[in-house]
Amino acid sequence: MRVVLAEDLFLLRDGLVRMLEAFGFEIAAAVESGPELSRALAESEPDVAVVDVRLPPTHTDEGLQCALAARRVRPGLPVLVLSQHVEQLYARELLADGDGGIGYLLKDRVFDAEQFIDAVRRVAAGGTAMDPQVIQQLLSRRSGDDRPLAGLTPRELEVLELMAQGRSNAGIAAQLVVTERAIAKHTSNIFTKLGLEVSDDDNRRVLAVLAYLDRDR
Amino acid sequence: MNTDTKSDDFPSRARGAVLAAVQGLTLAVAVLPCGVAFLVLTLVSVALIPVGVGLVTTPAILTGVRALADARRRLAAEWCGVRIPVVYRPLPSSANPWTRTFALLRDPQVRRDVLWLPVDMTAGFVTALLPALLLFYPFEGFAVAAGLWRVTDGPYWYLFVPVDGPLTALAAAVLAAGLLVLAFRHTPRLMRVHFRLTRAVLGGDAELAERVRVLTETRQDAVDTSAAELRRIERDLHDGAQARLVAMGMDLGTIEMLVEHDPAQAKRLLAQARRNSAEALEELRDLVRGIHPPVLAERGLGDAVRALALRLPLPTEVTVELPGRADAPVESAGYFAVSEVLTNAVKHSGADRVWADVHHTDGRLRITVTDNGRGGAVIGAGSGLAGIERRLATFDGVLAVSSPAGGPTLVTMEIPCALS
Repeated sequence: MRVVLAEDLFLLRDGLVRMLEAFGFEIAAAVESGPELSRALAESEPDVAVVDVRLPPTHTDEGLQCALAARRVRPGLPVLVLSQHVEQLYARELLADGDGGIGYLLKDRVFDAEQFIDAVRRVAAGGTAMDPQVIQQLLSRRSGDDRPLAGLTPRELEVLELMAQGRSNAGIAAQLVVTERAIAKHTSNIFTKLGLEVSDDDNRRVLAVLAYLDRDR
Repeated sequence: MNTDTKSDDFPSRARGAVLAAVQGLTLAVAVLPCGVAFLVLTLVSVALIPVGVGLVTTPAILTGVRALADARRRLAAEWCGVRIPVVYRPLPSSANPWTRTFALLRDPQVRRDVLWLPVDMTAGFVTALLPALLLFYPFEGFAVAAGLWRVTDGPYWYLFVPVDGPLTALAAAVLAAGLLVLAFRHTPRLMRVHFRLTRAVLGGDAELAERVRVLTETRQDAVDTSAAELRRIERDLHDGAQARLVAMGMDLGTIEMLVEHDPAQAKRLLAQARRNSAEALEELRDLVRGIHPPVLAERGLGDAVRALALRLPLPTEVTVELPGRADAPVESAGYFAVSEVLTNAVKHSGADRVWADVHHTDGRLRITVTDNGRGGAVIGAGSGLAGIERRLATFDGVLAVSSPAGGPTLVTMEIPCALS
């Protein structure tokens, strides 16, 4: 699987290259600035792009903008955005086109190599990987007024959280160490309680959950 | 300002002329003795300072001078709409006579007051008397023309006309009529000349002095705030991230020793070290957010406020109209002010909706935050609003709060700035 990587800190870029190669990815390009990233995305047609939000020369959100621009040219281009901090604002912009193949993670998540690689693979396959912090912000804001989430059991809340991050039922089952059938039962309960349409498509499922958590905004 | 000449009809013009003449006469008569008395007293009192008596009398006399000057300032505003700016330096509250006296004497405004006394009793006296002269002198002219010249021997000099026959009497009458017309046209203006003279001496560069005072105060606040901020950052680093990194180093050292003969324990410590590093990062991130929020750096004030609103537990509507970005310090001040106001709204207002509006017009960044809560917010000691006010003052910004009991609360912040 071919990866384009954009990260301006040499140490982190180097580490990411080694990690991705160790897990069998092919590095199509590893670049350090916005313009280089745009060129690499246009020329090397990667299967997935791993992009830092803040890139030279502006050191603002150049990486995010390049990724969004590339997705406008090539809809559905899988992009995993890494950031020193996570903002719902950016998460919403990334998810806005509803095409999937989107990830938005804190840079620290690379500490856990397996989970990080899992997220890259999920995004490359057209799924979603949202940082737990974004989801927790959404959930904690929601739990303020007890109306929508009050009906959920603690277990169901856990499942909802993992589902919103973009995990499949199998992934959630593995994480919570229960059977996939139990998760399927939980998810259908959650969908019923929240009034969401049941769907097999992982990505649609996430979008539905996020749209629900984020509504009346 | 100039209300007299606006109404052009004869009665009001005549009334204006007579009023000005009477005002001028009153001033001239009342002021001359007061001015002379205060000038003499001041000089004597200052001369007596080396003896010690002056230390006691000078403050009292200077206060009297100030009262006199204040009265003139008030009359200037009331009679002619001439505003005379004034800035007395605040006196040290519990000062001994010595520092009190010298603080007074060092105050440029007090010095201008004293300097004004001789000017007022000469040029001021003349300009105050002139309207009255101009108005009343023609009546003497009429009297002369009517026959007063007959009672004197030789020619009766009316101004430059020697009246000694009917012809010259007529000339005197014509001259008097001319003067009267002049008086009707110009006496209010002459009064204004008097007050402009007063302003020239008393006013000085009061606005500049006021500006300096405000800048000195806000600079002090800015310095205090940033020093406190630095202390907080230092403490947070010391107690947080730094401590965690030390713990991590110790864990790694232990792991080095354990890894051969107790791999299980080493693994447990490794997990702990990783947790520590994650938490250190988390703390550094929070610290950075507190110094300069990343979204603010990346996107500017508009999106930073939007991002802030997304984190609030209340539905918050944000409208932004910013065609560019302000200077980083202004953006930062604006951001933290909004942040504090929004936090207040969430914590104290009992509102269930909040609106934030950020826009830039006429060279001012204006941010309003409205909530539909119970109101009753005030700027005062201990309330976060006073802190915001100080923070904004550094940038010549202002804060206004409208929060009647029962709500709603509307907080408006304005910072003059240019957008790039």
